[in-house]
Amino acid sequence: MTDTLLQASSLHTYYGVSHILHGVDFSARKGETVGLMGRNGMGKTTLLKTMLGLVRPREGQVRVRGEDMTQAATHAIARRGIAYVPEGRGIFPNLSVRENLVMAARAGVDGHREWDFDRVIDTFPRLGERLSNGGAQLSGGEQQMLTIGRALMTNPDLLILDEATEGLAPLIAREIWSIIKTIRASGIATVIVDKNYAAVMALADRSVVLVKGRVAFAGASSELSENQELMHRFLGV
Amino acid sequence: MPNARLTAWLPYFVVGLLALFPMVESTFYTQLLTKVLIMAIFAMSLDLLVGYTGLVSFGHAAYFGLAGYALALMAPKYETVSLWWSLPAAIGVCALFALVTGTLVLRTRGIYFIMVTLAFAQMLFFIFHDTKIGGGSDGIYIYAKPVMKLGDAVLLDLEKLQNFYWLVLALTALVYLLLHRVLGSTFGRALLGIKVNEHRMRALGFPVFRYQLASFTLSGALAGVAGYLAAAQYGFVNPEILSWHQSGAVLMMVILGGMGSLYGAVIGAFAFVLLQEVLSNQAWFGIAAKHWQLAMGIFIMLVALYLPQGLAGLLQQFGRKPVTEIADE
Repeated sequence: MTDTLLQASSLHTYYGVSHILHGVDFSARKGETVGLMGRNGMGKTTLLKTMLGLVRPREGQVRVRGEDMTQAATHAIARRGIAYVPEGRGIFPNLSVRENLVMAARAGVDGHREWDFDRVIDTFPRLGERLSNGGAQLSGGEQQMLTIGRALMTNPDLLILDEATEGLAPLIAREIWSIIKTIRASGIATVIVDKNYAAVMALADRSVVLVKGRVAFAGASSELSENQELMHRFLGV
Repeated sequence: MPNARLTAWLPYFVVGLLALFPMVESTFYTQLLTKVLIMAIFAMSLDLLVGYTGLVSFGHAAYFGLAGYALALMAPKYETVSLWWSLPAAIGVCALFALVTGTLVLRTRGIYFIMVTLAFAQMLFFIFHDTKIGGGSDGIYIYAKPVMKLGDAVLLDLEKLQNFYWLVLALTALVYLLLHRVLGSTFGRALLGIKVNEHRMRALGFPVFRYQLASFTLSGALAGVAGYLAAAQYGFVNPEILSWHQSGAVLMMVILGGMGSLYGAVIGAFAFVLLQEVLSNQAWFGIAAKHWQLAMGIFIMLVALYLPQGLAGLLQQFGRKPVTEIADE
């Protein structure tokens, strides 16, 4: 049993003829928080999708808990303790809040069930007030909470958050960040993609920066945040 | 809330009312209502696919007709066949055929799914139309209704019109309850999720293909229940019950009633069959009765335009309380 939950090595991914990822390495260990950064179109979402089996790499390997799962089906990868909260709030509008959550309930990889309906509702009291509402009747922030809550219902060991605070009012975004902190403190490893670089680096143990489909930086978050020149060069801030 | 309690009891009330029907009405209407209920089972089975799984099948008559042919081929020519094994066998044949075709058609989506399901139905149509297996285009007669015996005693004599009607009514209620349970379970919620977004469900760890295949197989099996009963009622099968007209008719029932609600499918079947009966009544419509499809087409267009939730949606609107009443509570 290895400590590495998710590991990608020299991934090359194409969309048709366009070469998006040029030999990207990425990993996430148990309990660690990794920030994935880069400007728009640098391949962040493509990297996530490739690791989850939603897009197939032409070259390279994806390992989940040490096992080669490069060609595995997405649901099989998810069942090995990897939860993905996609960009743009993936709620099911035709199900109620309660149904959205209960549907996803599942024990984690070694049968652990730390997260159940009650705990999710404790973590997101706002959802508790809207249990019988349809998913589409929620505000943007509530939808995001629902998506994160639903991912937690699968008792993952690694939670991947793609643009979790995008398009949310600052106050709501702050609430989401504090929830992410709670999740991190509970021992779940997280991969965070977000435009709010300061918030990501404050939270992440390590940061990875993608530039044009290549890893431009990988190391301790502090190393990056303290280096104005790198920040400007890679992220334009 | 008395309103909610009323709604919960409504299905039992309707079934009770329908059960009393043959006692007060004539042979003709009992037969007509039997046909309606059989179509209701058929429509519910399709609604599981169209309304809940998000798969629009245009070949659902294949399973309906296959069950009919299964009964016709299993029944000995001059003897009766037992319902106890012939019904499960017919359902089994349909489930198996749905499982096999499902693994193939579920690799396609959208318009291609519609076309491939139609293609399979047409293949079956021509197999029975052009070969001697099922008597070719002439079809086969089923001389006697299946029998329900317990030991030597006849439990229910299906040759009697009311008895057959009650059997069909019981099976309609059973299929409704079964689907209601299935759709209320995690499995049903997962289907609704898949309908909205397959990728999202995969990312949540759901094997989407297996869920869809299970739904497709169950849907085919239940269409088989309807097909078996239809063949038993008419005492006759021919390739027409496999034709795309039949697939289209059941799809119209589902759309008419309102996709994604079980009682909508039932209402759709009632509306479609009864409307067809009324519109093709020569005493009322004279020469126009021959062209009842024209009036039916206009009616369906109006429903599609003004009632996107179907006739079931219309009922829900009537049931909804005025805003002031809600505010008072």
